[in-house]
Amino acid sequence: MAHGETKVLAGLSYTKEHEWLKVDGDTVRLGVSDFAQDSMGDVVFVELPEVGDEFAEGDVICTIESVKAVSEVYAPFDCKIIAANEVLLDAPETINSDAFGEGWLVDVEGAVADAAVLSAKEYEEFIKEA
Amino acid sequence: MNYLPATDQDIKEMLEKIGVSSTEELFKHVPSEVRLKRPLNIHAGLSEYEVLRKMTTLSKKNKTTSELVSFLGAGAYQHYQPLLVGQLISRSEFFTAYTPYQAEISQGTLQAIYEYQTCVCEIFGMDVANASVYDGSVALAEAINMATDKKHEVILTTALNPEYTKVVETYCHGYGVKVNIAKHKNGLSPVEVYEPLMSKNVGAIVVQYPNFFGNIDDIKALADFAHANGALLIVATSDVAAMGLLEAPGKLGADIVAAEGMSFVGPLQLSGPSLGMMATTNKLVRKLPGRIIGKTIDSSGNPAFVLTLQAREQHIRREKASSNICSNQGLNALAACITMVTLGKQGLQVMAERSAQKAHYCYQQLLTIPGIEPVFDAPFFDEFLIKLPKDVSYVNKCLLDEGILGGCCLDRFLGYYPELDNVALYCVTELRTKSEIDNLVNKLGVILRG
Amino acid sequence: MAKQGLYYDEPIIFEKSIPGRKAYSLPQNDCPAQDLSSLAPYRRKEAAGLPEISELEVVRHFTRISTKNFSVDAGFYPLGSCTMKYNPRLNEAVAKLDGFNGIHPYQPISTMQGSLELMFELAKDLAEITGMDEVTLQPAAGAHGELCGIKLIQAFHEKNGDTKRKKVIIPDSGHGTNPATAAVAGFEVYQIKSTPEGFVDLEELKNACDDTVAAIMLTNPNTLGMFEKDIVEIAKMVHDVGGLLYYDGANTNAIMGYVRPGDMGFDVVHLNLHKTFATPHGGGGPGAGPVGVKAFLKPFLPKPLICYNEKTASYYLEYDCPDSLGRMKTFCGNFAVLVRAYAYIRALGGKGLKNASELAVLNANYMKSCISEFLNAPQAGTCMHEFIVNPANLKDQGVHTSDIAKRIIDFGYHPPTIYFPLIVEEAMMFEPTETESKETMDDFIRVLAAIVDECRTNPEIVKTAPHNAPIDRIDDVKACRELNIRWEKTE
Repeated sequence: MAHGETKVLAGLSYTKEHEWLKVDGDTVRLGVSDFAQDSMGDVVFVELPEVGDEFAEGDVICTIESVKAVSEVYAPFDCKIIAANEVLLDAPETINSDAFGEGWLVDVEGAVADAAVLSAKEYEEFIKEA
Repeated sequence: MNYLPATDQDIKEMLEKIGVSSTEELFKHVPSEVRLKRPLNIHAGLSEYEVLRKMTTLSKKNKTTSELVSFLGAGAYQHYQPLLVGQLISRSEFFTAYTPYQAEISQGTLQAIYEYQTCVCEIFGMDVANASVYDGSVALAEAINMATDKKHEVILTTALNPEYTKVVETYCHGYGVKVNIAKHKNGLSPVEVYEPLMSKNVGAIVVQYPNFFGNIDDIKALADFAHANGALLIVATSDVAAMGLLEAPGKLGADIVAAEGMSFVGPLQLSGPSLGMMATTNKLVRKLPGRIIGKTIDSSGNPAFVLTLQAREQHIRREKASSNICSNQGLNALAACITMVTLGKQGLQVMAERSAQKAHYCYQQLLTIPGIEPVFDAPFFDEFLIKLPKDVSYVNKCLLDEGILGGCCLDRFLGYYPELDNVALYCVTELRTKSEIDNLVNKLGVILRG
Repeated sequence: MAKQGLYYDEPIIFEKSIPGRKAYSLPQNDCPAQDLSSLAPYRRKEAAGLPEISELEVVRHFTRISTKNFSVDAGFYPLGSCTMKYNPRLNEAVAKLDGFNGIHPYQPISTMQGSLELMFELAKDLAEITGMDEVTLQPAAGAHGELCGIKLIQAFHEKNGDTKRKKVIIPDSGHGTNPATAAVAGFEVYQIKSTPEGFVDLEELKNACDDTVAAIMLTNPNTLGMFEKDIVEIAKMVHDVGGLLYYDGANTNAIMGYVRPGDMGFDVVHLNLHKTFATPHGGGGPGAGPVGVKAFLKPFLPKPLICYNEKTASYYLEYDCPDSLGRMKTFCGNFAVLVRAYAYIRALGGKGLKNASELAVLNANYMKSCISEFLNAPQAGTCMHEFIVNPANLKDQGVHTSDIAKRIIDFGYHPPTIYFPLIVEEAMMFEPTETESKETMDDFIRVLAAIVDECRTNPEIVKTAPHNAPIDRIDDVKACRELNIRWEKTE
C-alpha cells in the first residue's frame, strides 16, 4: 500500500508495532504513530481497557477499528492501566487527526526497558524500510 | 439440460487465445494419481420436462397441510402467509443477487434488511437487531456466546425446546462454555429453578417465551434475578406471532432475544424456511454477530444503506472473530419483513389474539373427553399439553387416518421427558376453524373410547 | 444503467404508515369467546410499532426497492469465489411444487417419504461427486458446514481420547472463515505461509506437523485459483502425524468429474450448494452447506441421519446416534435449497456436471489471458475456475482496486471480488462461471480495458465512481461512526 508522507515526532520513544511512548515520571502515555493511523485509514471505533486492568508484555491492550480492518495495540512491557482516553469513544477520528496528541490511547504504570524501544531516529529508519 | 452457451466455435477461439489445444490441457497440472478416471456415477441428464415430472412424482409421495389439518407446533408453526410475500421474494432482483457487498448496486436488499431489523426491534422491544442468522437455535447459541466472553457458564431449563438445547450444547462445547440444565417446575421456569445453579461464573440464563410447553414465564422476575447476579437474560422465542399478544421481552429487561422467525417466512418444508432473529440492547451492539445494515449517505448526500460494523466479522478478524457466520438467511429475512409490514400493527395483534382464543377453546373442548387430563395449569399462548389415556403415537396414527395431524408426541425426544409419559403438545393457530377443532375433539373421543 | 428512468426515491416503509390502513386478511374467530384473563398480566401494553400500509403500497414498495439491486438475471456477476452462475428457472418451479410445501417437521414419517427420498438421493449424489462415503445435509450455509466438519474431526479425536490435538493448520491464503471456524470450535489456529506462487509451503507444513495437529483446512483449487499440485504429499504428511484433512468446498465448481476431494486424501468436505449447484444466493442466503465424510467419521455426523429401510422400502430419520457431535440446527437443513440442487444434478447428469467444470475453467483461462494483457497477473500460467489480477501496473496513477471496482458498476457489470485473498496486494478476483457466453466476457473485457485506459487519462472519473448507479459512492465511515441500524420515529 502506498502511504503519504507521515511524520515521526522527536522526543518520543517508539516500538516496532508502530506505537509511541512518552515517559513522564512513573507514568507512560501510549498511542499509535502517524504512520500507523495513516495505514489504518479512517478510524471508526476504539475499544479501550478499563482503569486498573493489568497486562503482560505482548498482550492486546486495545483494538482500533477502521471500516474494513482491525488493529491491535500490544503492551510494550508489563503494565497497569491508570487512565484511558475516553474522548476516543465518541470521537475515534481524533486518532487520525492528532495521533501524537489528543489521539493518545492510555496512560500506564510500568517499567520501560530501553532495549525494547526505538528512538525517533531509529523509528524513522524502521518505517522507511517497511 | 446444461445451461452452457459455448459453441464449438467459441471453444476453439478461446483455446487459441489461451494457447492450448484442448480443455484437457487446462487440467494437466492436476496430478494423474488423484484424477477420476471414470465417469461420475450419476444418471444421465434429463430435459426440463422430465425433471419436472420426476420431481412432481416425488413430491406427491408427501402429504401436506393442504390435505391434512395440523395441530402440530413444537417449534414450527402454520400461520397466515400473505400471498404477496411469495410473489415479491420471487423477483429475481432479490433472489439472484449476492450478499450486498457493493452497496451502490444493492440498495434494494440493504433497505429491505434495514426495515427488517427495525421490525424485529419493534416486535421484541429491543434497541438493535442483526440481519439474521440460520435459525432460532443457532441464534440462541450465538446469543450465549455474546454473553459468555468473560464468564463461562449458562443456565437453561428443560422447558426450552430440546432441539435448541442440543444445538446449544454442540456450540458451547467449542466455546468452552458449561451448559447447566435446570428442571422445569410444573411446566414453568421460575427463579427458584435457576437459583441452585447460579454462580459468579454464569454469564447468562435462558428462558423460552412462551416456553416449549406453550406456557408463559415471569420474564421480569428472571431479568431482575439475572441482573442481580451479574448475568444477562436471554429470551428465546420459537413462534414470533406470540409477540402480538405478549409483552415485549425488551420491556421486561431482556438483554438478548434469539427467535425463530419461520412463522413469517413461508410454508413449512419439513425443514425450514428457517430464520434466526437476534436483537439486543445498544450496550451490547458490538458483540452482536453476523451482518448488520446501517443507514448513511452517499457522496452526494442522499440517504443510502450499507453493511456496517464489518470489522467484527470473520473475513477481517479471522480467528479472533466471535462468530464464523458469513451470511444471513437473506431472502427469508426479506420474506419475514414483508409479512410483518403486511400484518402491520393491527394484524399482528389480531393473529395472536385469534390464535390464543382458538387454542383455549380447543383446550377446553379436549378436556371434556373422558380420559384426557390437563398436565399443567400455567397460563399458555397457543400451545398446551394434554395427557392421553393411550399411547400418543397410536392415537396420532388413528388421527392421521382421519386427515388430522395430532399434537406432538413428547416421546420423540427419546427419554428427555420421562415425567411426561403419554403426553401430547397441541398447537392451535388462527388458521384452525371451529369445525376443524370440533372434528378433532369428536374423532379423538371416538379413538379413545375404542 | 441510467439514474433517471425507473429509479424511485423510496422512503423507509415505516414513514409511509397511516394509522388505520391494513393489508392483512386473517380468518375470523368462529369459536365461542374464551376467558383469557389468565393472560392479562402478560399482555403487551403497547402494540409492536409495525407500519400500517395498504396491500398495493406493500407491493409497490418492495417492487420499487428491488429495482435498485444488481442481480445475476440483470447482468454478468464475475465475483470470485462466489460462483454466480445462472439459477435455472426449473429449480425455482420444483421448489414451489405443492407437495414439497406445507410439511411439518414432526408429522409422521409415512407422510414425508417424497422429501426424505429426495434428501437421501441428493446425499448419495454429493457423496459420489466428492468421493466421500456419507453426507449430512443439515448445515445451512458454507460456514455452517465448515463448523460441522471441524466439529466432526473434534468428535473423532475426542472419541479416541486424543485430547492433545488442539491445533488446526490453515494456510494464509485461506478463506477468513477457516480460522474463525477453527477458533469457534475451540481449536488453536496455526497459520502457515504460502509460497510466492500461492501454494502450501511444504517446509512450513513439515514444521507444523506434530502430534498436536487435529486437522489442516484447505481449499483446492486454492483461493488463488491454482490447483495444489503437492496435494498427495500434503495429505500424507498430515495423516502421518494423525491429523485429518478438511476440504473447504467453496471452489468445487472447478473440479466436478475431474478430481474428487476424497481421492485427493481429504477426510471431510463441505459443499456450497448455492455456488456449485446453482441455487440462488437470495441476497445473502439461505444457502446449504452439506458435509461429506469418509466412512470412519459416519458415527459422528449430526442427528438425525436420513436412512432407508430395505425391508419396509421406506425412508426414516435415525436419532439414536450415541457418538454424534450433536446438532448444528433444528430439523434437517434448508430443504428448499436442497430441492433446487437436486433438480440441478438431475438436469445435468454426471456428464453435464463435468462439462460445467470444464467450461468454468475454460472461461476463466480465457478471461485471464485477455485481462492479463492490461492488468498485472501475479500467478503465471493456467488457472482453474478463477484468477487474480491487480493494478500493480497503475501504481503511479494512485488508482486503487476499489476505484476500478466501482467504475465497473458504471458499465452495467458487477465488480469482481476485491482485496481477497489477503496475500495478494490489491487483489481482484474474477470468476466468470460456465454459464456466461464469450460475447458477454468479451464485452466485459473491453470495458475493463477502457477503465484501465481511463486510469491513465482521467483517473478522477475512476476515483469518484460510480456515476451511473442508483446512488453515488457510499460513505461507510459515517455508517460506522454514527451508527444508525434501525428506523426510529422522530416526533
